[in-house]
Amino acid sequence: MEEKVIVCRELTKRFGDFYAVNKISFDVNKGEIFGFLGANGAGKTTAMRILCGLSHPTSGEATVAGFNVYKQTEAIKKNIGYMSQKFSLYENLTILENIEFFGGVYGVPAAEIKERSDNLVRKLGLTAEAKKLVGALPLGWKQKLAFSVAIFHQPRIVFLDEPTGGVDPVTRRQFWDMIYEAAASGITIFVTTHYMDEAEYCNRITIMVDGKVEALDSPANLKARFDADNMDEVFYRLARGAKRSGD
Amino acid sequence: MKQFLAFIRKEFFHVFRDRRTLLIMFGLPVAQIVLFGFALTSEVKDITLTVIDQSGDVNTQQLISKIKSSSYFVVNESTRDYNRIADDFKKGRAKCALIFPARFGDDLQHGGKVQLQIITDGSDPNTAKTVVNYITAITTAYQQQVSPSQRLPFVIIPETRMLYNEEGNGSLNFIPGVMALVLMIVCTALTSVSVVREKELGTMEILLVSPFKPLMVLIAKAIPYLILSLANFILILVLAVFVLDVAIKGSIILLFLESMLFIITCLSLGLLISNTTNSQQTALLLSMMGMMIPTMIFTGFMFPLENMPKVFQVISNLIPSRWYFLIVKAVMLKGLGFSYVWKETLVMLGMTVAALTIALKNFKTRLS
Repeated sequence: MEEKVIVCRELTKRFGDFYAVNKISFDVNKGEIFGFLGANGAGKTTAMRILCGLSHPTSGEATVAGFNVYKQTEAIKKNIGYMSQKFSLYENLTILENIEFFGGVYGVPAAEIKERSDNLVRKLGLTAEAKKLVGALPLGWKQKLAFSVAIFHQPRIVFLDEPTGGVDPVTRRQFWDMIYEAAASGITIFVTTHYMDEAEYCNRITIMVDGKVEALDSPANLKARFDADNMDEVFYRLARGAKRSGD
Repeated sequence: MKQFLAFIRKEFFHVFRDRRTLLIMFGLPVAQIVLFGFALTSEVKDITLTVIDQSGDVNTQQLISKIKSSSYFVVNESTRDYNRIADDFKKGRAKCALIFPARFGDDLQHGGKVQLQIITDGSDPNTAKTVVNYITAITTAYQQQVSPSQRLPFVIIPETRMLYNEEGNGSLNFIPGVMALVLMIVCTALTSVSVVREKELGTMEILLVSPFKPLMVLIAKAIPYLILSLANFILILVLAVFVLDVAIKGSIILLFLESMLFIITCLSLGLLISNTTNSQQTALLLSMMGMMIPTMIFTGFMFPLENMPKVFQVISNLIPSRWYFLIVKAVMLKGLGFSYVWKETLVMLGMTVAALTIALKNFKTRLS
């Protein structure tokens, strides 16, 4: 049996009488690329915040990397990486300084930071820019760098919240190559996106509608089940019934 | 601990790479000191004076030359024409007019009642009062000089001394005020903006997802500003001593410690502001309007608190800089020790603890 890194059982988050997340249940396997889809306001972000240890659920159970989301949020934080839709490196720090800072925050030893960051900038082809401020880089590069920084401390799971927003198709493709590479090295990828072509890249996807999980399967199976040619159609069929929309 | 150092290092990079922050940090105190020290002096100098001399005798000449020789007045040439007064005031040629009636000298010589009229520009009451005081002082001195033997039933000659400031250095009162103002602006504004900036950029999210504890994020944010503010404080002191000739009479260590407490108060207020908003502009506006104006008005270095209505006097107690101002005045200008300022220190300490507790509590509840 495959190792499960995220286990969710009837997870619920309620704000007053509004169920942002309503009894969602799913498992995520180690090394899997798990797509998390849903219209704006469907509850993706809330669910993700709970799994990242930023927010306590109202009821239900969940473990991330084997740690309980109620009591062991600190342990969870040590074992995950996170990258959000907003670009989130420091623009007035150089590439190396950013890597050093985030490596330091996650407690990576200094010698290792040095070695790994050298490898990283070489791999990204940024050796010449390593001592330049991040603010001067094009957006596509920033996003790739942000992803590299998010997995720099070798987390077991990395959460990506719409990581490719505003990035051109070529860079998006390269970005996904990086995601595949990370998944191959055993890092589990939990990714939210609005791009349906990206959904096709995932091993399995979940579609959330009005705080509930409406579908959970591989893209191929979902297309077969809904008799659709592409993920766009699948998503549209499920999401058009939504009562909530907008953020 | 290593995480902590990495964080503080990063914070310093932010400060030293942002020209605006540096400018606010170190340009502001210099500008304030220069402004308050030189431009906003309460001494009145070079008052233009029109003299109407109806008598034109030795005594009026002597008195006029006495006034001329004091550094306060610029005397327009004498005339007998009354209309000149209104004319000079309207055209801004005079701030003050002095009228000697006919037979001024005669009356003085023969012990009669001597009259002298002073007309001042009442649209600026403070200057007007000062001018009257100057002229009265000069005429009194002159009177004693010309008739020392005159036997009056009582002669009271007040000997005045200005304690703690014998030379009447106008900068003396401003320095503690400027210190309070600058530290208040720098600490509150920069701290709140630096926290809110991380929220705006989305890096705060990354920090909160990291194993770095939220509480530590706040502390690590505050520490670089604490260090920079202390450097700032030293800069202000150096400027005060070497540029404005203000002597530090009390213990520098006590002054340093008290200032550190005040800086921590301001940092806590900055953190408090950063919790209430997500935009840098709002944070800046809140700290500028919410801190700077009350500091200017209620600290007592520009407007005497004693003259304010009771309500405002009560409100002024809530302003931390008011207490800091009292402490700095006591320690720096009067040379008093801790036993004289422990009450003020205690009030400031209480404010710090309150602000810090609320800031940290808010920060935590916002997370869950």
